[in-house]
Amino acid sequence: MSDMRCDIELTVNGETVMETVEARTTLVDFLRETLALTGSHVGCEHGVCGACTVRVDGAIVRGCLMLAAQCNGAKVETIEGVSDSGQIADLQSAFERRNALQCGFCTPGMLLTAQELLSNGGVPSRETIREHISGNYCRCTGYQAIVDAIEAVAQARAGGRK
Amino acid sequence: MKPAPFAYAKAKSVEHAIELLGQAGGDARPLAGGQSLIATLNMRLSAPKLLVDLNGIGGLSGIAVRNGRVEIGALTRHVDAERSADIGKHAPLIALAMPHIGHAAIRNRGTIGGSIAFADPAAELPACLLALGGEIEIAGANGRRTVKADDFFKGLFETALSPQDVLTAIRVPAVTKDTRVGFAEFARRHGDYAMAGLAASAKANGAGLAGVRLAYFGVGDTPVRAKKAEAALAGGKVDDAIAALAADLNPSGDVQATAATKKHLAGVLLRRVTKQLMEAQP
Repeated sequence: MSDMRCDIELTVNGETVMETVEARTTLVDFLRETLALTGSHVGCEHGVCGACTVRVDGAIVRGCLMLAAQCNGAKVETIEGVSDSGQIADLQSAFERRNALQCGFCTPGMLLTAQELLSNGGVPSRETIREHISGNYCRCTGYQAIVDAIEAVAQARAGGRK
Repeated sequence: MKPAPFAYAKAKSVEHAIELLGQAGGDARPLAGGQSLIATLNMRLSAPKLLVDLNGIGGLSGIAVRNGRVEIGALTRHVDAERSADIGKHAPLIALAMPHIGHAAIRNRGTIGGSIAFADPAAELPACLLALGGEIEIAGANGRRTVKADDFFKGLFETALSPQDVLTAIRVPAVTKDTRVGFAEFARRHGDYAMAGLAASAKANGAGLAGVRLAYFGVGDTPVRAKKAEAALAGGKVDDAIAALAADLNPSGDVQATAATKKHLAGVLLRRVTKQLMEAQP
């Protein structure tokens, strides 16, 4: 009934994946080491930095605080899939235009976190934006440019719907 | 770091979980949201032989209001409690606390029962449960039982739960028109564990307050009732209540703040929360 290794079947960025994983393997290590999807980064490994943020069943989670074994049957999306889908092209472009990244380590997690807020619709206040990205560390930008970029995209998307 | 090796089993029911928890000689841990547990495994602060995943168990999540009480299933995610109209209306103290618990990605996954069972002394929900005089539903090898919040938190990360127990739900009294609640905390970064925080409930009593319950977090091994301050506040004297905290609280310094800072913050929190308690609330 209990196992040190588990068979899992899940979809990652729309593709079905079947693997056998060690029970102790975290989701982000599985994505990086087994599937070679290295866009999700490993920072603190205890839920503080947000670099490992991925989507599971449509909601962002810490890839380091979920086990791959728990993702049996789940729908996982990483920055690779979300980027390829084009759904955050405007956000990526705004990050580049406004220097909302420098080294880029936090960027995949920051983009997925920002997209979750933006997908609620409307134009969130700068304070709301700051609260929503509070779980994602950036050690380069000082956040100001990141908030600028997210706010600009929110305004552009809201304007585009009118 | 990476966790030490462990085995993983997915429980099909509460009874199955209890059975599985009994198999590893007391060295199994139930896995709910995992937002604290997996962090401690990654840091190798704990290394159980077996994780029993509760996430597949039906009927353990959801929010219900009945018989003047709000019941929250243990597997209810923080995000669902945060968005719940029933929590906002009938358990407003929990609604006030919710945005302070971790970050968006943490609240998407973390569970109400997990927060209570883990009993981090700096966490918001254990203090809310204590301030509200709530109770905890537990299923164990010898059947089900209910434990009052006042009797649940025993010591640092230590609760009334035994290794084979599964926390199934919490219950708090639904507010009435004379209920007053207040909540405030200081954290270095929004969403981080608090340096010090305060959850409070009371009943309006004319122009004053009765039945004051002050539950501090981040200032001891467990959430801490400040009983002398409660009595002083019921007497209507905020300054006396703040002075009484010296006898109620004995915080140790930690990585976040020194003991002296925490003591000072406790007084600031009490002044702010008292203001909330004195305001008319729906």
